[in-house]
Amino acid sequence: MGYTKRFDGRKFDELREVEAKVGIIPRADGSAMFRIGKTVALAAVYGPKELYPRFMQNPQQGILRCSYNMMPFSSKGERVRPGQNRRAKEISYVTEKALRPVVDLSQFPNAVVDVFIELPQTDAGTRCAGITAAAMALADAGLTMKDLVCSVAVGNIDGTIVTDLMYDEEAYKDGPVADIPIAMIPSTGEITLLQLDGEISKDLLVKAIREAKAACLKINQIQRQALKQKYVK
Amino acid sequence: MGLLVQEKDIVVPGEEVADGMDYLPSTGTYRDKEKVVSNRLGLVQINGRAIKIVPLTGRYLPKVGDTIIGKVVDVMMSGWRIDTNSAYTAMLSLAEASSDFIPKNANLTKYYGIGDYISCKISNVTSQMLIDISMRGPGLRKLTGGRIISVLPTKVPRIIGTQGSMVSMIKQATNTRIMVGQNGIVHISGDRIEDELLTIKTIRMVEENSHITGLTDMISKFLEEQTRGK
Repeated sequence: MGYTKRFDGRKFDELREVEAKVGIIPRADGSAMFRIGKTVALAAVYGPKELYPRFMQNPQQGILRCSYNMMPFSSKGERVRPGQNRRAKEISYVTEKALRPVVDLSQFPNAVVDVFIELPQTDAGTRCAGITAAAMALADAGLTMKDLVCSVAVGNIDGTIVTDLMYDEEAYKDGPVADIPIAMIPSTGEITLLQLDGEISKDLLVKAIREAKAACLKINQIQRQALKQKYVK
Repeated sequence: MGLLVQEKDIVVPGEEVADGMDYLPSTGTYRDKEKVVSNRLGLVQINGRAIKIVPLTGRYLPKVGDTIIGKVVDVMMSGWRIDTNSAYTAMLSLAEASSDFIPKNANLTKYYGIGDYISCKISNVTSQMLIDISMRGPGLRKLTGGRIISVLPTKVPRIIGTQGSMVSMIKQATNTRIMVGQNGIVHISGDRIEDELLTIKTIRMVEENSHITGLTDMISKFLEEQTRGK
């Protein structure tokens, strides 16, 4: 067990400093900002609106369209080439799959709800921050949702389960690392996103998911507070 | 057991509003086993046993019987296509367009051209959200002059007030004519630009403070201050 103390001195199950704000983009139907440590996610929701091209329309219910984008100078390393890439496409896809189960679009046949997630600054855990922000933005847009979705990454660093990894931990060199982003519907405990990058044993994975669920509930409280804060001054 | 929130509390999707079978879910809530859970961001309203959520945000959803203000986006052979400020456009057919006789092969842009605003009534909405509107009825016409602003559709009831109390107060104080569409489009016309601008300012104020109790007093005070000495 090499990793006994976290780089930033947090407890193993402690989140980074979290900040959430709703209604940051006046022109959007719904918007939210979610910051966790140095990772900042902005989400804007537009719609429901007409969907073109027509072949994409679904006459039974509306569709949800997500777009995830890391801004060029957002990360520590090299400048990211602007625009879509393979990674962004995949994350957009899993974001949509993570959010779709809670949003009810049966009232909006042939329509689309667009979700744009932008990341001006990143330090690991971007897809989780994006999903968390997007869930708040969808609620702010007044859509019918059975619950919010909250998301956090957990991981295994050299045999230790840690919550909410930052980039330095993700890039830990002296032992095996697993990075597990998880999104959850808090009321039911259902998991809508579960990915795993790295190595982890079965027992540790079960433990990691348990930790993630506890952390997600904390994030859910922050989401709820932020949504109410917009109206209570 | 029982209620977990109070009337006029703000709730978010997924928040439990009541526990047990004593309360019934109405619009904006659903039942999850023993619990009544909110599924929208809004204010709690309790009607006897039924719990309803009055939404605070959201786009307009077309409903039969609503009087709306629409914008002409296309002129076709058999009528006009109207933007309703919702996810769907509406169809205004020739027969419903005017109480005047419109001859066959007439140039329809003579009546309503692209970009014109009209007040109209929704006469039919299908399950696939195909919308028919009509302009036959009192006060339904093409809107000329004045200004168009858009407000959040969920705030329209507050702008109108109980039986039009708020809107008639603003009308009287600012000396303007106001038409509020259920879809959140508002048409304002007055004789002076200052009046129109004051009206817009007042409506924006109502929109921002719509969930506050004592809104009418606040607005009447504001209007009094603004119109004093004129």
